[in-house]
Amino acid sequence: MGKYNVTIGLEMHCEVSETKSKVFSSSKNEYTDIPNANISPYDMGFPGVLPVLNKEAVRMSLMMSMILNCRQPEYMYFERKNYYYPDMPKNYQITQNPPEDCVGMEGYIDIIREDGSTFRVGIDNIHLEEDAASMNHLYDTSVIDYNRAGVPLLELVTKPDLHSADDAVAFLEYIRAIYQYCGISEADSKKGQIRCDVNVSISDGETLGTKVEVKNVNSFSGVRETINYEIKRQSELKDAGRYDEVVQETRRWDEESGTTIRMRSKVDAEDYKYFVEPNIPRYKISKEWLEEIRASIPELPYERKEKYMQEYGLSDYDAGILVKDINIAKYFEKTISLGVDAKTAANWITGNILGYTYKYEIQIQELYLTPERLTVILDSMRDGKISSKQAKELFYMVLERLEEPADIMKKEGMQQISDDGAIIAIVSEVLNENLSQIEEYKAGKTNMFDYFVGQVMKKTRGQANPVKVKEILTEELAKR
Amino acid sequence: MKYMNKSITELHDMLINNEVTSDELVKESLELSHEVEDKCNAFVTILDDAKGGEVTDDLLSGIPYGIKDNYSLKDVLSTGSSNTLKDYVPFFTATAVENLSKHGAIPVNKTAMDEFGMGGTGTTGHTGVQKNPWDTTRMCAGSSSGSAAAVASGVYPYALGSDTGDSIRKPAAYCGIVGYKPTYGMISRYGLFPFASSLDHCGVLTRSVRDAAIVVDGMKGIDHRDMTTWDSSSIKLNDNLTDDVKGKSLFYIKELVEIENYDNPSEELKRHLEIFDETVKRCESIGIKVEGVSIDKKLLEAIPATYVVISCAEATSNMSNLTGLIFGPRGEGNNYIEVMKDHRTKGFSPLIKRRFVIGSYVLQTENQERYFKNAQRVRRLVVDTIKEQFKKYDGLILPVGTGVAKHLDGSKDILRNDTSALEEHLQIGNFGGFPSITIPDGFIDGLPVGVNITGNCYDDQNVLNIAYALEKTMDYKGQIAREVQ
Repeated sequence: MGKYNVTIGLEMHCEVSETKSKVFSSSKNEYTDIPNANISPYDMGFPGVLPVLNKEAVRMSLMMSMILNCRQPEYMYFERKNYYYPDMPKNYQITQNPPEDCVGMEGYIDIIREDGSTFRVGIDNIHLEEDAASMNHLYDTSVIDYNRAGVPLLELVTKPDLHSADDAVAFLEYIRAIYQYCGISEADSKKGQIRCDVNVSISDGETLGTKVEVKNVNSFSGVRETINYEIKRQSELKDAGRYDEVVQETRRWDEESGTTIRMRSKVDAEDYKYFVEPNIPRYKISKEWLEEIRASIPELPYERKEKYMQEYGLSDYDAGILVKDINIAKYFEKTISLGVDAKTAANWITGNILGYTYKYEIQIQELYLTPERLTVILDSMRDGKISSKQAKELFYMVLERLEEPADIMKKEGMQQISDDGAIIAIVSEVLNENLSQIEEYKAGKTNMFDYFVGQVMKKTRGQANPVKVKEILTEELAKR
Repeated sequence: MKYMNKSITELHDMLINNEVTSDELVKESLELSHEVEDKCNAFVTILDDAKGGEVTDDLLSGIPYGIKDNYSLKDVLSTGSSNTLKDYVPFFTATAVENLSKHGAIPVNKTAMDEFGMGGTGTTGHTGVQKNPWDTTRMCAGSSSGSAAAVASGVYPYALGSDTGDSIRKPAAYCGIVGYKPTYGMISRYGLFPFASSLDHCGVLTRSVRDAAIVVDGMKGIDHRDMTTWDSSSIKLNDNLTDDVKGKSLFYIKELVEIENYDNPSEELKRHLEIFDETVKRCESIGIKVEGVSIDKKLLEAIPATYVVISCAEATSNMSNLTGLIFGPRGEGNNYIEVMKDHRTKGFSPLIKRRFVIGSYVLQTENQERYFKNAQRVRRLVVDTIKEQFKKYDGLILPVGTGVAKHLDGSKDILRNDTSALEEHLQIGNFGGFPSITIPDGFIDGLPVGVNITGNCYDDQNVLNIAYALEKTMDYKGQIAREVQ
């Protein structure tokens, strides 16, 4: 891209959604639209409440730390970050304070780009903390939903090792996949489970330029746009000799205008007065437990991708798409377990199905068209009961009508005409109606053949087996 | 007063033998509560609707008691003696109180205190000053001032206290009763309004060592809501209480108790330290070896400042939940910052605000190393120094404070700089989380003074046994305040 070196660092916050309870309280850790349904005195900071650390959240954090090739701490302890804001009713957040010990320190991860090349991203740290409540600012009032208050949150901080929006998004997508594969988080940005802070600077030499932080970017597409916008903004200022206007500051991404907007200068950064949380006694993490956690790390996306390519002969591209989201991989694996050929399944999922889910912004696991229903369609096609064109039509009908594919096939009289006698009759009919065209064909205009096929398909409303039609048409034309 | 001057075991026997009913005990305790309220201003709430309960084999069953107002009690006003929570009614009960309820204990009032426990005078609570029942021109000390006044006045055999620096053990001494805080984590702090979490202890004020053992047996226990609690189920303080303490050993700190260390000591201080000498001799008379140990005076003098830095820092953070947004009176203002500011400006007393400023200052990044981190180092040094002695001795014995209860108007008390280490040494018990008990050991001009015994963590039984044996050598067990004229 452009003439400047771009340096990007990311902070990725991901809610740990798969623990039963919150990180320091016993309230349910479960996403719900009903405000203040999963709350406890602790989450609301009532006097006299105390934090109780969720061991499962620590286990998941340590697993993530290992996958990121980080160093795990000898002792687990937490710190208080003190600041006043209504989304944090205690007005301090229990967190960890790197470079003080936290669940993961100084690691790295290798990412594979879509073109197959790889790059390494250094991990500064990953630390465990409690999430804040969510706030909704209305016209003259603000409402607070404490469901999210106290949900375990993992904050991953990269080294400034990224140099393009594409790489940044590839990194985030891969980390999201790991969270899902390990059963740590659904990592669904629509549920606000993933939030990113993006640091961008440009320079034309060896020394880094001025770092600009953009906070609370809540989708990966937002991250991409933020980075590209910041590169453009900073480059334009530099081109114009106004680089001094790029200052160390915190900005926010404004989705509507597609720009970043200044929030505050780094100079007014708040002093969080960190100190060790006295209510959570520091405890030693045993080697045995760490080994147990390490042994329980499941198959990760790249391993699975390799498997898909080796075992099922899928292309690098298809396998890459299938493993990106564990739910897609699960859908794929379920479909082939029902007997569908792997390549066919891969083609349909990466093509029709993902096309549909992206268009309507739904999750593959939410589709009415389950692997079982997909299999009915694909088996009918394989067995020649319906044409591939019909299969595609049926696919959309199932999704639109929310009806069983077999029922729709029956109702619509959908079946492929493969019977020789029936096809001969229709072919003869078409040829009889197009005598002049036959002459043209005989005179050497061979593309008239396709015209005849088209006419047969039209008459049969696409139900004729096209292979058969071509065979019989060739024979019948020869007779004329 | 027919019953409430008695001990828990005496009352229990009377209940079991049907000499009195639980209802009668509660009724008398409530009547006395109103009398003591008039005299000492000891309570925030008197639970006039309280009724007697079932009497079982449990020593605490059916017997009334008082709860310091910083313990959450479901459906009962619990203010911490602060305007910021003047109408706060919790919807859950502190674990320690819940445990006592399981033993059938009957709460009859909530006792007044220094606001959120952040004072040592009993003069900073939102309902006014607590007066010492021995002399109402004097303070009870704090912060468990109402509990001390009530137990000393014979409203019931015991009341709950909390202790961050000396808040149980100092008022116990000034009021001529027993004050005991067990090892850190023995009693759950869940539901106790925090002051400084790493120093806060729950405990009890009673009129005898045995009663203290019985009540703490009832309050203690591991709690899944407080990670700092530990399993003490094998410790049965009352069952194992014994006055056989032959061969035990105690040490005192020479720099604090030897009169030569003070220039022109007051008559009161002289007498106080003489009483301490007499107490040491009593210890020796029952077979306890007592020795003086020299500890660096600089370290001793650093204790009060260390305490101020750590306690204020933690308090600033602990009390930032008091904004009036979710509970407490809602402040006025055009945005949440103004609303919180208004609530806190109106709600807190000047003393607390001063402590918040100190707490914020010592935690600021540019000051943290110099103040907060250094205070933590000094704390560790003090604890290590004392623990070193615990390898040789069963406990530390020292006089409580510099004499008798101070005057409320302060005018008659001479403030001295060289006595601050003697005044504040009980903070050692909070630094280390040590079990620590104060019992009365004499009088100066009709006003009680106390002595403190502090032992190593988890060694509560030993500390109580020594105090129990020492108590038997004196006549102050079970005493009710007799007003001096």
